[in-house]
Amino acid sequence: MTNMRALYQEVILDHNKNPRNFGTLEGANRRAEGDNPLCGDNYRIFALVDDEGIIQEVGFEGTGCAISKAAASMMTVRIKGKSVDEAKEMVAEFRAMLTGHLDPDDDHNLGHLKVFHGVSQLPQRVKCAVLPFHALEAALKGEERTSTE
Amino acid sequence: MDLTAANESLATSKSRSWDEIRRDFPVLHQTINDHPLAYLDNAASSQMPQQVIDRLVWYHSGEHSNVHRGVHTLSQRATRAYDEAREKVASFINASSSKECIFVSGTTEGINLVAHSYGRKFIGQDDTILVSALEHHSNIVPWQIIGEETGAKIEVIPMDDRGELILDDLDQMLSGSVKLVCVNHVSNALGTINPIEEIIERAHAQDVPVLVDGAQAAPHMAVDVQALDADFYVFSGHKMCAPTGIGVLWGKQKWLDQMQPYQGGGDMILSVTWEGTKYNDLPFKFEAGTPNIAGAIGLGAAVDYLQSIGLDRIARREADLLAIATAALEELSGVFVIGTAREKAAVLSFGVEGVHPHDVGTILDNEGVAIRAGHHCAQPVMDRLGVPATARASFAFYNHEADIEQLVAGLYSVKEIFGV
Repeated sequence: MTNMRALYQEVILDHNKNPRNFGTLEGANRRAEGDNPLCGDNYRIFALVDDEGIIQEVGFEGTGCAISKAAASMMTVRIKGKSVDEAKEMVAEFRAMLTGHLDPDDDHNLGHLKVFHGVSQLPQRVKCAVLPFHALEAALKGEERTSTE
Repeated sequence: MDLTAANESLATSKSRSWDEIRRDFPVLHQTINDHPLAYLDNAASSQMPQQVIDRLVWYHSGEHSNVHRGVHTLSQRATRAYDEAREKVASFINASSSKECIFVSGTTEGINLVAHSYGRKFIGQDDTILVSALEHHSNIVPWQIIGEETGAKIEVIPMDDRGELILDDLDQMLSGSVKLVCVNHVSNALGTINPIEEIIERAHAQDVPVLVDGAQAAPHMAVDVQALDADFYVFSGHKMCAPTGIGVLWGKQKWLDQMQPYQGGGDMILSVTWEGTKYNDLPFKFEAGTPNIAGAIGLGAAVDYLQSIGLDRIARREADLLAIATAALEELSGVFVIGTAREKAAVLSFGVEGVHPHDVGTILDNEGVAIRAGHHCAQPVMDRLGVPATARASFAFYNHEADIEQLVAGLYSVKEIFGV
């Protein structure tokens, strides 16, 4: 039970139950859909990026497990107001943390997203947490569809 | 190793207790995350008893060679064991001849073989293929491929909220240019036992053949393909205590004779010249290349094993486990059963309110309970029921009540963590 508590921390359960920035974003100029074909998780990410390359608005919708939904919710909170480059950097750091290449106690720009560190201990769940980040990256690159496979 | 003695002991095993039988399965006797393993993912893949493992070890250590080729002793041993396995399989499903039993890699390949060899020959542009709403992707996608190639239409036999097929309009659906009905015997996602006798009878009344996906039925109930009068019946070894990579396509000879081969190569020919090739007789016409010899022999051993217990006894045991588990889950607040057909095999799909099945699966695994979480390769079933996925506990005769107690304890943890 102990390591399950470490995985399903209060903040993750809260974002799962009450996802922030949930819903379609009218006027978005970046969007992408992310699928995990193995489990059927599916998210759509929307962003409004201004001429200066700043993410002014962001939203997401879709279905999936607590890990993927909380990751999507917390990701949107984290990137709002950040530049596209900063967001891309954060995607890389998140992926590195989940694959054991970034120590959450070292310097990084992940903020609260470090609560997902525990997922790196469950290889079969890493894709769940990474899926929304995958989709965000695709949206920012101008791609429309991505998959964890 | 004394296989004769092993076989004799099997022959007397009809009276063995379930505890004794459970001890035949070495994989079950381990701990996962400091809990005893409660293996409840049998609909995905079952476990092998020591008797099957021993048979495989004996084949690899004393018999391995290629079949139908060599004059030497080892090849003769391998050929004999391989051919005997086919006889065992034929008797297991009461086929009128072992020539009608084609070894394939599994149910998926068996259905693809029929789609390729029957579909390309008998299904054309203006034809229809009836597929039930309860199918696994392996009994949907091959028909969609044939549909794309030929222009044939796919029509879906609908299901209700319980997970039972609605057959009210079946006769009308069968009229017209229907060339095949594709239906599973038991739904892998919900456990529904479909009334395939009735479906076959009504299809045959309009001269439409029926393919039955028996992957979830063959390990759990006695199957008699002659009594069913199916046209094709397909199943997998790894869901019935045999290794992966082996399965059986049974087909009526009248169809198999008319069908083109699935793959070309060695073993499926009588003679090859640049002018043309004469295909081999059944079943070899459909078994190109060196087959999965070890797998087939393992499957033969699994058939011996299951028959030594008795399929009827197995079915009763699994019905008991299903009833106990269903009652236990129905008592848990916030837990709901998905798929409430009146006739069910030991597959129990369920959900926990507000909790995604994947999270259920992770927390249960943390307590040693192995279940499946996901769409079960049956996305249209999930869409029909309006759920993205389910958690699924599926039972085999070697499960015991302690597995169900562990499942329930795990579900209490899920409820506690998620505040359900």
